[in-house]
Amino acid sequence: MMSTATRGRRPGRVRWWTYLLLSAATAACLFPLYWMFIVATTDTATATKMPPEVVPGGNFFHLLGLVLETVPFVQSLLNSLAVATAIGVGQAVLCSLAGFAFAKLQFPGRNTLFVIVVLTMTVPTQLSVIPQYMIMTQLGWVDTLQALIVPGLASAFGIFWMRQHISATISDELMQAARIDGASTAQVFWRIAFPIVRPAAFVLGLFGFVTAWNDFLWPFIVLKSPERYTAQIAIKALQNSLDVDLGLAMSGSFLATIPLVVLFVVVGRRMVAGILEGAFKG
Amino acid sequence: MTATLTPAPSAELPPPASPRGRGLAERLSPYAYVAPFFVLFGVFGLFPLAFTFYVALFDWNPIGDQVFIGTDNFTRMFSDPRFWNAAGNTVSIWALSTIPQLLLALVLAHVLNHARLRFALFFRMSVLVPYITSVAATAVVFAQLFDRDYGLLNWLLGLVGIDPVDFVQSTWGSHVLIATMVTWRWFGYTTLLYLASLQSVPRAVFEAAAIDGAGPWQRFRHITIPSLRPVIIFTVVTSTIGGLQIFTEPLLTGSGLTCGAVRQCQTLTLFLYEQGFGQFEFGYGSAIGVALFVMVVAIAAINFVLSTRIKADR
Repeated sequence: MMSTATRGRRPGRVRWWTYLLLSAATAACLFPLYWMFIVATTDTATATKMPPEVVPGGNFFHLLGLVLETVPFVQSLLNSLAVATAIGVGQAVLCSLAGFAFAKLQFPGRNTLFVIVVLTMTVPTQLSVIPQYMIMTQLGWVDTLQALIVPGLASAFGIFWMRQHISATISDELMQAARIDGASTAQVFWRIAFPIVRPAAFVLGLFGFVTAWNDFLWPFIVLKSPERYTAQIAIKALQNSLDVDLGLAMSGSFLATIPLVVLFVVVGRRMVAGILEGAFKG
Repeated sequence: MTATLTPAPSAELPPPASPRGRGLAERLSPYAYVAPFFVLFGVFGLFPLAFTFYVALFDWNPIGDQVFIGTDNFTRMFSDPRFWNAAGNTVSIWALSTIPQLLLALVLAHVLNHARLRFALFFRMSVLVPYITSVAATAVVFAQLFDRDYGLLNWLLGLVGIDPVDFVQSTWGSHVLIATMVTWRWFGYTTLLYLASLQSVPRAVFEAAAIDGAGPWQRFRHITIPSLRPVIIFTVVTSTIGGLQIFTEPLLTGSGLTCGAVRQCQTLTLFLYEQGFGQFEFGYGSAIGVALFVMVVAIAAINFVLSTRIKADR
């Protein structure tokens, strides 16, 4: 393919050290997960042995039992799933709706409002956790999952991104044709616009899901009782217990990571494509 | 549902949102579509931010009294060695994580941009695996790998005759450990951001340079880096803003809210949390939040100046 240069270096040639470098990077990325699995399946004596064991042991179910005794870990995984799914779906839908309005509808104040949306991306709101906590106290939402879900349901970045996609993929002719057929704005969105941009909305929802699943600071502040913990807070609780060699925390980390690894194997290709399309260029 | 009987053929694009025959609801619907974001941002973003500045002026006990004390929290903060210690730790960890991360990402993006690379998707997906791993899990694994007595790293160091290093208990050691976690989790993501930007450079540019005799290093130096300049600035800013908010790594690395006996790895956000939710000093905690906010705004402003200057240079 491409130019067949007869002189000079051929840009297409890949040197051996390229593969060496990329293999080293891959190993560095995957090894900690493998190590998590090793320590999560061995007993204390083996885990602390030198040289370390590099094959999984058979102690996984023993550690799992200890984990479940210490915190309601299954419940915490379900809590994480509920929170992350709600945020993922919420962002996909609400950001698509707003992106659609900014891209395809005309209404007074549209441009001003869109500039405001873009500007809010530069506001670091995470630094005001103390007043945020006070608001949750007023709402009576402390120690509830909606304290995690509701603030994350829409994002400025998501609106910005969906607006770009809708502008690029939905022609004005299509909009007009739908109008002539008598469709209301809501019908145009649900029957025409959303089905077309659903792949983009899906990727946005995925990133929302992953971010919500892995969030720590805010759930750590808001959640109090163990049965409300998300998986990340449960890991912290495991580490608090008498956990000398981090075996329990490792098992918890392993359990909390497996769902995302499975998800990533299935849809990671689309996350990579999303970033390469400029999803998160800002 | 209302059917439009006589749609006026209009040359105006997109068609008017309120053709005759549609009700008020139809005209207001665009506002309904954008409203959720503004409501959520107002209630959970903007209002708390403004309120931070207000609470910072009080001696504010969540279950006791709220006494107005003016700027006392700020005077106290500027003379508080724990604040300066946390600020120093934050900057140190930020530098140790951002610089290697961005350099590594530059090299990997350049390499991944090869037209004939095999297994390209596998490599691209692999470097994103740390990004989907949670910070908490990352911290737990690296704390184990860097453990003084049972860590793999110290065992390897022992093989070459180096005494075990107590990473968590020493200042630089804990900073290196936390910076390693941050770098590990983010370098692949940054790599893909750079790759995205590189892929918009026409391949012909690289080919022409190669034909003209430019070696790999020259192509990297004179094509890759200049074409990435805007996204490099963007990632420096985002990693700086992220770096100011490092919290989970030090919390799970050290023991408790101080991150070690002598606060050797306590960051500003951890200090904020300690004062706000450990000591219930909402006022003082908010003052630390204000300080962080000012730093973030300053960095964003520097970025704005730099990026406009770069655009002007072109």
